[in-house]
Amino acid sequence: MMKEELIIAGFGGQGVLSMGKILAYSGVIQDLEVSWMPSYGPEMRGGTANVMVMISDKPISSPVVHEFDTAIILNQQSMDKFESMVKPGGALIYDENGIVKAPTRSDIDIYTIDAVAETVKMGNSKMFNTLILGGYLKVRPSIAIESVFMALKRSLPERAWKLLPDNEKAIKRGMEIIVKR
Amino acid sequence: MEEIKLMKGNEAVAIAAVRSGCDGYFGYPITPQSEILETLMAEKPWETTGMIVLQAESEVASINMVYGGASCGKRVMTSSSSPGISLMSEGLSYIAGAELPCVIVNVQRGGPGLGTIQPSQGDYFQAVKAAGHGDFDLIVLAPSSVQEMYDFVYDAFDLAFKYRNPVLILSDGAIGQMMEKVVIRPQTARKTNDEIIEECGSWAVTGKRGRTRNISTSVELDSVEQEKFNEKLQAKYKTIRETEVRFEEINCEDADFVIVAYGLCARISSKVMEMGREEGIKIGLLRPITLLPFPTERLNELSKRVKGFLVVEMNAGQMVQDVRLSVTTDVPVEHYGRMGGIIPAPSETFEALKRFINKLK
Amino acid sequence: MAGLKVEIKKENLVYKRTELLTDNTMHYCPGCSHGTINKLVAEVVAELGIEESTIGITPVGCSAFAYNYIDIDWIQAAHGRACAVASAVKRLHPEKMVFTYQGDGDLAAIGTGESIHACNRGENITIIYVNNATYGMTGGQMSPTTLMGMKTTTSPQGRDSSLHGYPFKIADMVAHLDGVSYVTRQSVHTAAATRKAKKALKKAFEKSLANKGVSFIEFVATCSSGWKMSPVASNKWLEDNMLQAYPVGDLKDI
Repeated sequence: MMKEELIIAGFGGQGVLSMGKILAYSGVIQDLEVSWMPSYGPEMRGGTANVMVMISDKPISSPVVHEFDTAIILNQQSMDKFESMVKPGGALIYDENGIVKAPTRSDIDIYTIDAVAETVKMGNSKMFNTLILGGYLKVRPSIAIESVFMALKRSLPERAWKLLPDNEKAIKRGMEIIVKR
Repeated sequence: MEEIKLMKGNEAVAIAAVRSGCDGYFGYPITPQSEILETLMAEKPWETTGMIVLQAESEVASINMVYGGASCGKRVMTSSSSPGISLMSEGLSYIAGAELPCVIVNVQRGGPGLGTIQPSQGDYFQAVKAAGHGDFDLIVLAPSSVQEMYDFVYDAFDLAFKYRNPVLILSDGAIGQMMEKVVIRPQTARKTNDEIIEECGSWAVTGKRGRTRNISTSVELDSVEQEKFNEKLQAKYKTIRETEVRFEEINCEDADFVIVAYGLCARISSKVMEMGREEGIKIGLLRPITLLPFPTERLNELSKRVKGFLVVEMNAGQMVQDVRLSVTTDVPVEHYGRMGGIIPAPSETFEALKRFINKLK
Repeated sequence: MAGLKVEIKKENLVYKRTELLTDNTMHYCPGCSHGTINKLVAEVVAELGIEESTIGITPVGCSAFAYNYIDIDWIQAAHGRACAVASAVKRLHPEKMVFTYQGDGDLAAIGTGESIHACNRGENITIIYVNNATYGMTGGQMSPTTLMGMKTTTSPQGRDSSLHGYPFKIADMVAHLDGVSYVTRQSVHTAAATRKAKKALKKAFEKSLANKGVSFIEFVATCSSGWKMSPVASNKWLEDNMLQAYPVGDLKDI
């Protein structure tokens, strides 16, 4: 049985919602059930954007949960809120840039990815969420990278397809730079 | 051709409108449902199916445009969110009074007043008890998935024309904003003017060519005649109650406790049911699909063998009153709800259920 | 009377009943302008030969029941909303003649928003606006177009601008809107005025049929019951007072 209950949380503008959308789309391509629920629910307001993504090989009951298999956390506010909501044995992925209070849990797998620094090296700040997505795919390989490439292509308008090679590179690079803490 | 797409509930409503052969949509922007009008404007159906889309100056204008279009026998609709639906009350009453078919979508947000743009089910009473002045009933459908947001547009038009009655799709900001997979049906052709005259010629205002004139109106100053009309309406509502009740039942056969919930809360409750069953608690779920007519009889049957009902809603306790009215036994009926745009999480809802069960022991 | 028909030879016939008017007895009070204006509408529709493709929208007020008198398809709208209803009907039936028939309370008070926006969108409809400066059906209350100093049941001391503002000249207002092609003000208080008004009404309908945007025709009208005057006195009062505040003539014709 395959089931992934995921939250991606950060600031508006970091590409949180679109990262979730690409993942959900990838799930559809793999003929899985998916749901994508943006910034709705308790204790989830105020300046931050987040999205809950469910991917499963069975019909999805609740698109809203408070216990996640994986949390991708991109700002301190979200860390404060969601660290405790990761299921024991689950995964937490974050970029140390902008995080002043690192996660402390020992019953989950914690990964860091130096995505902000990498975008500076790449000279392309727009690749931030794509790098993170790559890192996620490395440590939670429930979705095939080919499906993600296809999802990117299908969700972008044709005039933006010239951006696809850079995105694919960024995903692969993200897979390389994510490290387990 | 049938297609599968990932889309928001609001987008699904818009695409369903075009694909089902809707003739006209009239709406006014309000969060969290503006994607319906936005999607329709981006789709430009006037270039493909000939459907017209018009951004009105207010919800008051929107619903009266719907009144005009429906008077012509056209398949017309509007959508809004809670404060906007309040503005439509007068128009809904006129539409019911003139016995016109149309579809209204309410993507609910929290109130009262301007309230919050977050999801809510605070308009249940408004939808099923008091959509406007005078004795009239809407037919109310409650989708709990993006697929149902799509499918219920078709069902709503079918019911609206079957009974010449306004049909409300009562959704909420979460179902409107979330994305899921949707099976999209092939294009249904819009009815031609001749087909409309053939089907609705006895009442639709199309120009009186070949017949005596039709008048679309809700006014009757003679009380004796008005009461006769009221009785006719009530007879129609009785038929609807007898034939159109829809609900989904999961695991109720052996259930000790049944959760009653609709829309997003039914999805949350179905997770609660899974959590309960894992712990050996026999939980069932009854999900009303039509809120009006309400599955009164089925709830009463279940009340004779279950130990309790928990009604889960995003409001202060509205549908719970209809559950209590349905039940003729003394089985306990309790409510668990969150307000203000807060979605009850499965975990807290499960805790509420366990507290309820413990109280009964 | 049965013999009367054969007594009049065709060449001697100078006037006959408007065929598009029904046999229903009009409910309008003696001296009220609505009866004459209803008849003009019936005549214009018949002369244009469009009775089978015309849809009228009636308001709330005395003219709500105009649908009893003119033998065409009608929709009776909620108070003030006729222009919204007409907008949808015309867009769904672009080949049909669609018009609203509204009073000053309906069009210029509760329905100001719907009226102005239909004008601003340039809907291809004719708006027939009957301004008698009072709420006739509810018993003679003050309306937005009530004249300064005019006594009504809700302005018993006479309209006072510090309390009630000023007579609302909505025809002048809509004339400024780009969606409107024809604005005219007419009256039916004399036979000559009625003949002119009919010409204007016909022109308004022809412009709508040619999809030229909104035609807006205001009829400055009497309400002898609301004004508490005899029909003759009403016509005189209209000429001496109403036509001073609301002078007849074209305000826009493009």
